[in-house]
Amino acid sequence: MMKITKKRIYLILGCVLVGYALLAVAPVFAQDATEAEYRAFPKIGSRSAAWIAAQLHLLFGSFILGVPMFAVIIEFIGWKTKDMRYDRMAQEFIKLCMGAFSTTALLGGVLVFILIWCYPKVMTKLSGIFGPTMIFYVILFFGETFTLYLYSYGWDKMQGRHKGWHLFLGVLLNVFGTAIMFVSNAWLSYQTSPATQYGVLSEGRRKSWIEEKLAADPALTPETAMEGVTSHTMVPLHNETTGEFMGTVWDAVNNFTWMPVNIHRLVGNIAFGGSIVAAYAAFRFLVAKTKEDKAHYDWMGYTGNFIALCGLIPLPFLGYWLGREIYMFNNTMGINMMGSLFSWLFIIQAVMIGVLFIGANYYLWSGMGRIEGAEIYARYRPYMITVIIICVAIWMTPRTLSKISTASELSAMGGANHPHLGLFGLMTAKNTAVNIIILTTFLSFLFYRRSGKVPTANWKKIGNIGISALFFLATVSIVVIGIVGFSVPTDLRVNILTPYQVLIALAVMAIVTIVDIFMYRKATTSGTIKWGEMTDRSQYVLILVAITFTSLMGLMGYARSGLREAWHIFGVMQDTSADAFTPLLSEAVNMVAIIMVVFFALVGFIFWLGLWGEKKKQEDAVTTEAVATAEGDD
Amino acid sequence: MKRLSLFTICLIILIGSWVVLRFAIGGIVSVPIPGSVIAMYMGLIIIAVLVHISVEDSLFREFLRPIHETLVDNNLRVRRRVIAVLIPLFLLGYTHSIIAQRANPPGSPRDAHPSPPLELTYKDEVIGTMQDVVNPFRHYEKDDPEAFKAHVENGRRVYYDNCFYCHGDHLDGQAHFAPYLQPLPANFQDPGIIPNFQESFFFWRIAKGGPGLPAAGTPWDSAMPIWENYLTKDEIWDVILFLSDYTGYQPRTFGEAH
Repeated sequence: MMKITKKRIYLILGCVLVGYALLAVAPVFAQDATEAEYRAFPKIGSRSAAWIAAQLHLLFGSFILGVPMFAVIIEFIGWKTKDMRYDRMAQEFIKLCMGAFSTTALLGGVLVFILIWCYPKVMTKLSGIFGPTMIFYVILFFGETFTLYLYSYGWDKMQGRHKGWHLFLGVLLNVFGTAIMFVSNAWLSYQTSPATQYGVLSEGRRKSWIEEKLAADPALTPETAMEGVTSHTMVPLHNETTGEFMGTVWDAVNNFTWMPVNIHRLVGNIAFGGSIVAAYAAFRFLVAKTKEDKAHYDWMGYTGNFIALCGLIPLPFLGYWLGREIYMFNNTMGINMMGSLFSWLFIIQAVMIGVLFIGANYYLWSGMGRIEGAEIYARYRPYMITVIIICVAIWMTPRTLSKISTASELSAMGGANHPHLGLFGLMTAKNTAVNIIILTTFLSFLFYRRSGKVPTANWKKIGNIGISALFFLATVSIVVIGIVGFSVPTDLRVNILTPYQVLIALAVMAIVTIVDIFMYRKATTSGTIKWGEMTDRSQYVLILVAITFTSLMGLMGYARSGLREAWHIFGVMQDTSADAFTPLLSEAVNMVAIIMVVFFALVGFIFWLGLWGEKKKQEDAVTTEAVATAEGDD
Repeated sequence: MKRLSLFTICLIILIGSWVVLRFAIGGIVSVPIPGSVIAMYMGLIIIAVLVHISVEDSLFREFLRPIHETLVDNNLRVRRRVIAVLIPLFLLGYTHSIIAQRANPPGSPRDAHPSPPLELTYKDEVIGTMQDVVNPFRHYEKDDPEAFKAHVENGRRVYYDNCFYCHGDHLDGQAHFAPYLQPLPANFQDPGIIPNFQESFFFWRIAKGGPGLPAAGTPWDSAMPIWENYLTKDEIWDVILFLSDYTGYQPRTFGEAH
């Protein structure tokens, strides 16, 4: 009788799955092979298929673009300080990246196949406009691939006098990676905002636009047609009657929301990459059996969280800038985003960003438990928690409560807005809250940095008074500006007051960091950092932060794409497929949850493969050592 | 005097916060806060408490100590029995509060703000894109203050002839008809209404009224008439000038932002 082994069970299961997959895609072959506007993806539908592939590709892409950015910086620090621990950690980061690289490319291929198969007409239109950029993309992709291979495989070989060249490879890798992202961002941002400002428009499109205006209104002359046109005037890139693309490739690339999306994603990648690395380190910490391993992964987790925090702090500002540009491009789209169809999504976003900030602070406070001499800062913690919680509460308070109130509650409030708490629903209150959260998080980090150190500078008292005064004045200024924001025209608030709030927070962080560096330059230590003595709870928080980041990116992807509503290219090419409706928030949340689970399953598998190889190498090394010892004994 | 345990302090913070939100802020200081918002805030306060007690092992142990003692210390068996009765009773009451039938109608599912169309029209005439159309009389504010004043006065007349029955004497949505309308008429004194929208948005809402609301975000239940059937274009623009002049709030503009 045939023996039932584990291998055979897996084989049978595998065959069943492949069989099911073949059955599932069978209807594809039954579809008309002639030219079609849309083709339906079996079972789950075209939109869901493209959604899953695109979001997974983006998550992996974000990881492999973010990690090299900080890996090269860490490698540089290791090189300059001659501390090989940094070098080893940077190498470990790149190893993780290597594992995820091929999966990213694979998912990109899957996405392209789905798009070409399911949305042929859209792809024809887009490739007609962006054809040259696609060739450029392929060249960049080859560049990135070979640079990554050289950078990773040449790590050990290029130590010593070749280190400078190795670092150069790291920088080159980032240049290729960033350029790739910028190119693909052009395609999707163009779908959202197929227009750009007159000041940056090509000469050809300027001329054709004026000709269109003259043709539409015979009463106009070339001079009168230019009345009121400034360098900021938004010009569509298509003929408004025929829908034909009239600009150059650069016009399409340099569309109105391209750069805000680029910058937002660039910084987002750093934060996301840091959080995934921290989650990996947390997992390794939890399963580590030796003190050395615990210490190493504790340190790695701390570094990952620090990187995630560095990326997280400017992200709300950059997101605000992107939102502002969307309003500038099209007010209807802006209202849909913040006040209508997607407004509740931003309440969920506030909750999730709250989780990120609370999680990051929790980890820092937990970390202070392993530093001797950090106890003096513990007394401030309850106040800092209170400030953060109040600010998160303000950020997540909805403006309109009609969907979550009973009729009697609405009647008691005198409308859909609470007369007082409703004010928290406005952007001026939310911007104030987020700036204070950021300052408080920075204060947590400052306490962490100072823990276990005693400054010896003779001006430390004045320095500390100055720093405290700076924090106090900054907080008061941010709050006052926030209150003034309720009663000024929106233009003034968006373009002057809010940037001032941001500048105040950034300036305080910059000044305090500089002062603190000088104050603690020759500091003595009051105790050591006991790496590896972190609570398990703090490690679960790191994993939670990574999960939250992933979900948040998924939800924001839904918003960015959904904002176009029933348009493939907003205002130009209508979506006439069966999926032209905007999915419900609940549907989006379910989809994002599925994507998040699949992403972590894939990431877990890739990391496990890495561990497997590492374990085998270690076992081989131990065996070789044992044999050598035995031979020596003989 | 015996020091309160950390567990008791946490309990006092939670109960105290609920009392403050439910009765002090949502009663004495302001109007009642909806239960869902209180639940949201309480969730955050619970997180804050959990964060505080679990950051340090020593604090966590101190927090758990009374729970542990209650469970194992035989001297505390009366307390244990009382709690064993109270917890199911609490759950019973809570479950009842959720599933009990009430006469309250459900809340409104409508969106915060309806999505305007891309083009602004008056009857069948296309005025322009929602993004670009501006109030034709707004420039008088700087160029010809007297003419501006005349338009505002005309807007005042139009408002008190037609709008104040629902939107109120003071433009605060508190009018004769207001209590009988669901959703309640807009409160223009609210800082979140006028500054957040362009004048073209207000023109659209006034011109098209309740029946002109978009397909998205349904069901709508607005009693607002289609004012383009009764008012001229200029009258609508004038009443918009009056709304911002009376309240002091400027509608949203997209000036030289870059």
